[in-house]
Amino acid sequence: MTILESRPVVARPEGGSLIEQFELGLDAPICLTWELTYACNLECAHCLSSSGKRDPRELSTEQCKAVIDELQRMQVFYVNIGGGEPTIRPDFWELLDYAVSHDVGVKFSTNGVRLNPERARFLASTDYVDVQISLDGATPEVNDYVRGPGSYDTAITALKNLQDAGFKDAKISVVCTRQNIGQLDEFKAIADQYGATLRLTRLRPSGRGADVWDELHPLPEQQRELYDWLMANGEKVLTGDSFFHLSAFGEADGGGALPGLNLCGAGRVVCLIDPIGDVYACPFAIHDNFLAGNILADGGFENVWQMSELFNDLRAPQTSGACTKCAFFDACRGGCMAAKFFTGLPLDGPDPECVQGYGETALASGDRVLPAQGKDHSKANPTRNQPVMLTLTRREDVQAPPVSACAENPLAGFTL
Amino acid sequence: MSETTAMLDEAWDLSPAVALRPEPFGAMAYHFGNRKLTFLKRMPLVEVVRALADQPDVRSTLQTVGVPEAHWPGYVAALQGLAATDMIRPRVTSQANTVQKGVA
Ligand code: SF4
Ligand code: SF4
Repeated sequence: MTILESRPVVARPEGGSLIEQFELGLDAPICLTWELTYACNLECAHCLSSSGKRDPRELSTEQCKAVIDELQRMQVFYVNIGGGEPTIRPDFWELLDYAVSHDVGVKFSTNGVRLNPERARFLASTDYVDVQISLDGATPEVNDYVRGPGSYDTAITALKNLQDAGFKDAKISVVCTRQNIGQLDEFKAIADQYGATLRLTRLRPSGRGADVWDELHPLPEQQRELYDWLMANGEKVLTGDSFFHLSAFGEADGGGALPGLNLCGAGRVVCLIDPIGDVYACPFAIHDNFLAGNILADGGFENVWQMSELFNDLRAPQTSGACTKCAFFDACRGGCMAAKFFTGLPLDGPDPECVQGYGETALASGDRVLPAQGKDHSKANPTRNQPVMLTLTRREDVQAPPVSACAENPLAGFTL
Repeated sequence: MSETTAMLDEAWDLSPAVALRPEPFGAMAYHFGNRKLTFLKRMPLVEVVRALADQPDVRSTLQTVGVPEAHWPGYVAALQGLAATDMIRPRVTSQANTVQKGVA
């Protein structure tokens, strides 16, 4: 977490491809996530930020407004707001207003808990605000298994309130898992029913997601199913470019690649501001290894973005280890840094879900050490909202070597 | 080539809904209305886009920025791409404005 004295000068290819330019970093992020709070009414089993309790050091309303002022100066034109559950911050709606009136558009993710008819009407009256409702199963059984009892109904009620209020084009955000890949058509039908757009994202072993990744991450044949479905339905479905590792299912020359930015943007075009103002390379990389600095302690967000030693390292040319020899490297570029890190794989090698199967081999090799998660805001005592799967098998020993990627038994790796 | 020639004689402006953010390789253009992001990958293209409004037509803009004539077709193609997403738009002269108001 070092802040440099002066900004390194990077030699850039004149007119190089956008991907080459992005790999060298931008003056400000394109995809900035800002988690406003670690507090949450739910306790999803796979929460990427291990949310639950509010951090007492959470930025105040005034500090949040100062962040927005800085984003406006840096011309960050929109921000993805998340958490925790951002809407349970009492000043959430005030901050939303403040951002939009300062040329910073907002897309916020919510489980829907506060989207009553009145809030839905307020949102319908604003421009420049996008709402993303999290739903991880097209049926209550599948959704509530990971998100907790009642969470399916909460999400559907929120969608209905938005539709009734005339809010156009809400997003339904789905984390694709072993249990819901077979429901893609049903998700699409729900989106159509509520005038919403479906957004599919990848499950990463980040936060509490590390505890359940072995059980929930899609099987190899399900990855193929997902790829085929995206190729058939891609135009009407958003993915946040999160499945670029699946592009290696296409042709080696890049034909059949999924649309979007096929690269890991961490610290280059992507980053996270967390509730206490810590800046990480990616929302899926909340770990000291990817902590660039703090906006309060290190002279503001722009300073951290441009001067952090970590970010400048991430923008330097990278080695790609075993992937360099892969014919599909241009399509997949080695996959997701966070997925590799939290499964204990080398960052310059294949993704754990490498569609060529190299990830499975690497996972099975057995000489991996899982990094400690370390930033846990989970509630100390389970509440009635906790998903049942965790009350049965809360895995305490995340240090233990995990099972191989192809283990079928959902209880494998859990101490009972 | 005929489309290229036509655009060279037209007057264009940066769309009022668009902000240009400088980047090390050029600029990022963001349209507040349709929320589209576009990247201008060359510095001279950024200069051209910024200079459009001060020039009577595209030809004189390219001349002012110093783009060699051999490269004009490429630049016009880039400008047409920007026009397709309303990043730049044909200049509405005050006369045309009056006519439009009259119609409305
Ligand atoms: S670490 Fe993974 S999730 Fe984060 S930007 Fe890179 S590929 Fe995307
Ligand atoms: S070996 Fe590396 S580049 Fe090739 S498909 Fe696997 S993760 Fe992607």
